[in-house]
Amino acid sequence: MNIVVCVKQVPDTATERKLKSDDNTLDRDAADGVINELCEYAVEEALRLKEAHGGEVTVLTMGPAKASDTIRKALAMGADKAVHLVDDALHGSDALGTSHALAQTLKKIGFDLVVLGSESTDARTGVLAAMLAERLGVPQLTFANRVEIAGKGSISIQRVTDYGYDRVEASLPAVVSVVEKINEPRYPSFKGIMAAKKKPVEKLGVADAEIDASQVGLANSWSEVADFAVAPPRVAGTVVKDEGDGGVKAADFLASKKFV
Amino acid sequence: MSEILVLVEHVEGQVKKVTLELLTLARKLGTPSAVWTGDGYSPEAQARLAEYGAEKIYLADSAEVSDYVVAPKAELLAHLVGEKSPVAVLVAATAEAKEIAGRLAIKIDSGVLTDVVGIEDGLVADQSIFGGGINVRSRVTKGIPIVAVRPNATPIEAAAGAGAEERVTFTVSDAAKGARIVERVKEEKGARPELTEAAIVVSGGRGVGSAEKFSIIEDLADSLGAAVGASRAATDAGWYPHQFQVGQTGKTVSPQLYIAAGISGAIQHRAGMQTAKTIVAINKDPEAPIFELADYGVVGDLHQIVPQLTQEVTKRK
Ligand SMILES: Cc1cc2nc3c(=O)[nH]c(=O)nc-3n(C[C@H](O)[C@H](O)[C@H](O)COP(=O)(O)OP(=O)(O)OC[C@H]3O[C@@H](n4cnc5c(N)ncnc54)[C@H](O)[C@@H]3O)c2cc1C
Ligand SMILES: Nc1ncnc2c1ncn2[C@@H]1O[C@H](COP(=O)(O)O)[C@@H](O)[C@H]1O
Repeated sequence: MNIVVCVKQVPDTATERKLKSDDNTLDRDAADGVINELCEYAVEEALRLKEAHGGEVTVLTMGPAKASDTIRKALAMGADKAVHLVDDALHGSDALGTSHALAQTLKKIGFDLVVLGSESTDARTGVLAAMLAERLGVPQLTFANRVEIAGKGSISIQRVTDYGYDRVEASLPAVVSVVEKINEPRYPSFKGIMAAKKKPVEKLGVADAEIDASQVGLANSWSEVADFAVAPPRVAGTVVKDEGDGGVKAADFLASKKFV
Repeated sequence: MSEILVLVEHVEGQVKKVTLELLTLARKLGTPSAVWTGDGYSPEAQARLAEYGAEKIYLADSAEVSDYVVAPKAELLAHLVGEKSPVAVLVAATAEAKEIAGRLAIKIDSGVLTDVVGIEDGLVADQSIFGGGINVRSRVTKGIPIVAVRPNATPIEAAAGAGAEERVTFTVSDAAKGARIVERVKEEKGARPELTEAAIVVSGGRGVGSAEKFSIIEDLADSLGAAVGASRAATDAGWYPHQFQVGQTGKTVSPQLYIAAGISGAIQHRAGMQTAKTIVAINKDPEAPIFELADYGVVGDLHQIVPQLTQEVTKRK
């Protein structure tokens, strides 16, 4: 089975994330780049499926040159090879542009199963997997906390919902996105880290992947940021120590705010 | 007349509050038309939608539309957009509705804005990003704006609309039937309000200590008519189900009141709750970062404080 896992580099949420004032896009240089956490779960799931059913795992990342760190991390976990979509023309693409670029690349490299994280920590749109399914014309199996490949070309997942979950069935090829409760991502071993250095990483530009240049990049986005402002920080209020009456005091506060 | 399509969210036949919020917003922008998908439609639902300003209600309640993941609903909306030429499409910023919005955006070649907390004249949208750290104003520049609005961001206001029903005749294409829902498993959740819609949320973290002890969090929530939330430490430990997780990889909530008990206030947790109006924290560690954003904090053992608070709230009702 040919599994492609889409992995994104995001600014570390532990550092302050900023927008650039010149073009209102994410300042990717200001913060350390790390692998989007949910993408680690996607890589892990892809590896488990490969271990159970055979095949190959390819990492696909669209991002600037420094995203190669993130690719190495996924390779160190055990993926076989990678495709790095890197081109200045891709800078500032919105979800529609990104999904076009990734879909074109996926068509080019081929796949039986595409695995994504259900959401990234920077964009937080949570729509990319659905968009890829739409563009590729394959079943959408998103927000999975469990994935099973049943037999010849059929797949089922548990899709997390507000009331519990839906059991969903489809046939391959398909697009899956995973939530963090699906597995526990492995740490790369020393051997894995060494091996990753020798694994093939193919770099593709817009033309190589047959991406329509009028569909990607900041200037071609379907939406724009008019302006932005840093939100005023919250100010700390009263803090009291519990002297056996902490609950009563808290109730007094709630009453003063008319909650009780 | 500029028509605005509003995708209705409903559960067990009840129109969810976020839909009333969307209708309230839509009235400022044009004339709202509600779009109902799936079963459960009733005269009560009709009355509710009309009460909040729906001029028309498009009904697409065939099983076909809801038996498959997301794709048929996007197809339905694209069909309606083609027929009615609305000026905007509003959906709730829930996981599923955002996916519908995303697929719709591709179908009708239009921009989509997610996690919107307000809409100004000229369809300029306010978004709160990076866990509430930055406020952004953005707009769609191509096509018909598709806007996913966060629950609890808009005060609702009734203003009657005609609520005229119109059945949509529409066949789901085979292409949209790829992912079939074969079973819906409902985990029992009691009568509590839904997390993202609740006016009050009471959340528990690692400090709660066990699954059994979450009952004190539930009791406090019930005394206040609140929803229950949990930190990731608590859901990872299996003390509370995942769908109640608040934070960066959980739900984003902006209730009137958020009570955090035994939660340290890690940045990833704050990302999901720091736009709450009022925050109360209970934690035994005076240095816990949650106190930096709390309007009121009590330092001490939550196992003493929470039950006492529940008792007080019940007494004063
Ligand atoms: C990419 C990423 C995404 C994440 N997403 C989320 C997310 O969506 N939501 C989320 O919550 N976290 C998320 N996390 C995890 C987050 O970093 C924290 O680990 C988590 O929020 C900690 O949960 P906690 O506050 O319950 O536990 P802890 O940090 O362990 O805090 C427990 C607190 O309880 C207090 N306490 C203990 N006993 C008592 C007692 N008897 N009485 C009173 N107080 C007591 C302690 O003083 C302490 O402050 C994410 C992490 C990463 C890396
Ligand atoms: N630039 C990118 N390159 C590769 N995968 C991506 C990229 N952006 C998003 N993804 C994938 O889409 C998922 C959801 O991201 P998002 O829709 O941005 O919240 C991520 O977890 C990744 O799997």
